[in-house]
Amino acid sequence: MGRYLLRRASESLLVLFIMSFVIYGLLGLMPGDPVEMMVQANPNLTAGDIQQLREIHGIDRPILERYLAWLGSALSGDLGYSRLFAVPVEEVLLPRLGNTLLLMGAAFVLAFAIALPAGIAAARRPWSAVDGLVNLTAFAGISVPPFWLAILLIILFSVSLGWLPAGGMGQGGLGSTLLYMVLPVATLCLAAVGSHIRFVRAAMMEALRQDHIRTARAKGLSERQVVYGHALGNAMIPIVTILALDFGTLFSGALITETMFGWLGMGKTIYDAIMGNDYNLALVGLLLATIVVLLANLLADLAYGWLDPRVSYR
Amino acid sequence: MSAQPGESALAAAARGVSGEAVSFSRLLARRFLRNRLAVAAGIFLVLLALAALAAPLAAALFGAPSQIDLLAIGQPPSLAHPLGTDELGRDLLVRLLYGGRVSLAVGLMAALCAAVIGTSLGLLAGYFGGRLDSLLMRFADSVIALPLLPLLIVLAAVDLGELGIPASIAQSEDVSLYRIVFLIALVGWTTVARLVRGATLSLKQREYVRAAEALGASHLRLMAVHILPNAVSPIIVATTLSVGNIILLESVLSFLGLGIQPPIPSWGNMLTGAQEVIWSNPMLAVWPGLFIFLTVIGFNLLGDGLQDALDPRSTISRRALRTRAAGKSVTPS
Repeated sequence: MGRYLLRRASESLLVLFIMSFVIYGLLGLMPGDPVEMMVQANPNLTAGDIQQLREIHGIDRPILERYLAWLGSALSGDLGYSRLFAVPVEEVLLPRLGNTLLLMGAAFVLAFAIALPAGIAAARRPWSAVDGLVNLTAFAGISVPPFWLAILLIILFSVSLGWLPAGGMGQGGLGSTLLYMVLPVATLCLAAVGSHIRFVRAAMMEALRQDHIRTARAKGLSERQVVYGHALGNAMIPIVTILALDFGTLFSGALITETMFGWLGMGKTIYDAIMGNDYNLALVGLLLATIVVLLANLLADLAYGWLDPRVSYR
Repeated sequence: MSAQPGESALAAAARGVSGEAVSFSRLLARRFLRNRLAVAAGIFLVLLALAALAAPLAAALFGAPSQIDLLAIGQPPSLAHPLGTDELGRDLLVRLLYGGRVSLAVGLMAALCAAVIGTSLGLLAGYFGGRLDSLLMRFADSVIALPLLPLLIVLAAVDLGELGIPASIAQSEDVSLYRIVFLIALVGWTTVARLVRGATLSLKQREYVRAAEALGASHLRLMAVHILPNAVSPIIVATTLSVGNIILLESVLSFLGLGIQPPIPSWGNMLTGAQEVIWSNPMLAVWPGLFIFLTVIGFNLLGDGLQDALDPRSTISRRALRTRAAGKSVTPS
């Protein structure tokens, strides 16, 4: 167990390092660089000044050298400043990570609370009317573009009915925050619930097909005991794993939702940073998102062994 | 399989086992046609494709997709403009049809590219195994695990000029289309790769493959002639299902201003414009999204139907299943 954890953790670290280099390189390929931005802001700079600035910022050096220099200072705790916010990037990102986790957590719990009973009901009677309805709903959820869903919700609840704010974070305070959370959480939840239903349905069907279920039925247990006492436990193993692995997808959904509703979370910050040429913020934000997703995957692996005693870690 | 002795033809038919000899493709077609939702989805997609192909015809009737008419901004539906006009006075229907061309082209091309990449890598990984296999599969795992959308946004923001691509190409109109196909194929190959690898692992142990190997068939021949044709069903299903996903991704990126660039209309970038007039003309935001939604759900239902038809475990007809006790024998979805 300990050795397995060590190996998986070191693999995740390796992926993180590779990602940091890839993202660093990609951001360097975006139009413009920090010095070009300064030149645009100050027309009095001479060619000599520009050359000097490039040397100060190290832009004339090869990319590997620049990356290693960045990595050295990042590992010693200096993540650099955000160009848009003019504060160290961690001061921008950490509160926003909290906002994102709040949004994702609420949407995830809600989606799971809907998907579990719906998926079980569908799996108990395959190809019945209930299954057909649940299945079609799930397909609709998977197929709806999340940003369009957000627009529809805004049209309905903000433009037409005027019940809910169309975007923003509220003025602080629990009631206000909750009010502003309704539409983003609903969007993210509806975008995720379709695939969750499909996972639950497939896992539950597989669990109900096992021999011990037939035995349980044969010895006269009620259908309720068979489904909830004997099948659900086994079905939860793949469900938990897949849902945790799906964390990256949920994060992508959060990016769209946050951008649509002006929710100050990680996704919106990364998007704004890329669009606003805030290289440091984009880089650290993307890496932080990668870390969160890799951690979720690692937890999924551990949960798998915890839920299923048949799995042995090597 | 044939009808068992003592069984009536009706009972045999109810089990999906027919007495007559049926070719594999006939059997597939029969199984597929039984799924009414999937058939409806297929018909819808064909009609949509035909309408998209006829886009120039609609343009001749109602005005070109980029023809701005500032005197006809945000008009309601009329004979001259069946779905009305958008925030710049352009005909909405014509733009929707041209957007459909873009979405379908991107979806099909990227899905095909991803399938080719995924099939090749999956075959190689499953056939040769060992280091190559673990390396490729770890790589696929990492790609799957990453937060996809932020990464695609960075990739889409890369300046092609800095990659040494001549400015004449990098700044041409069509480049945004090919670039998005390339990007999505780059991250979309993993599903097919894993499926093909799994199929290859089991197929290469079969007797007929060992026999061909003993007869001196080359690695390439074994992979292309003996293994690949038997792994085709999961590839078809996964590729069909991926088209919907790709259209969704393309629309998100275009909506965020990083995919298909105006003036080329796409359903995603039409919504960007519509979002700005959402308070005065909400219908403009409804249509493009509805087209995305219907197209994506169409491909998903079609893929689901194909999966049911191609899955050998689904020979039992649904009617027979319904009469059975719930949950005893089912096919996975």
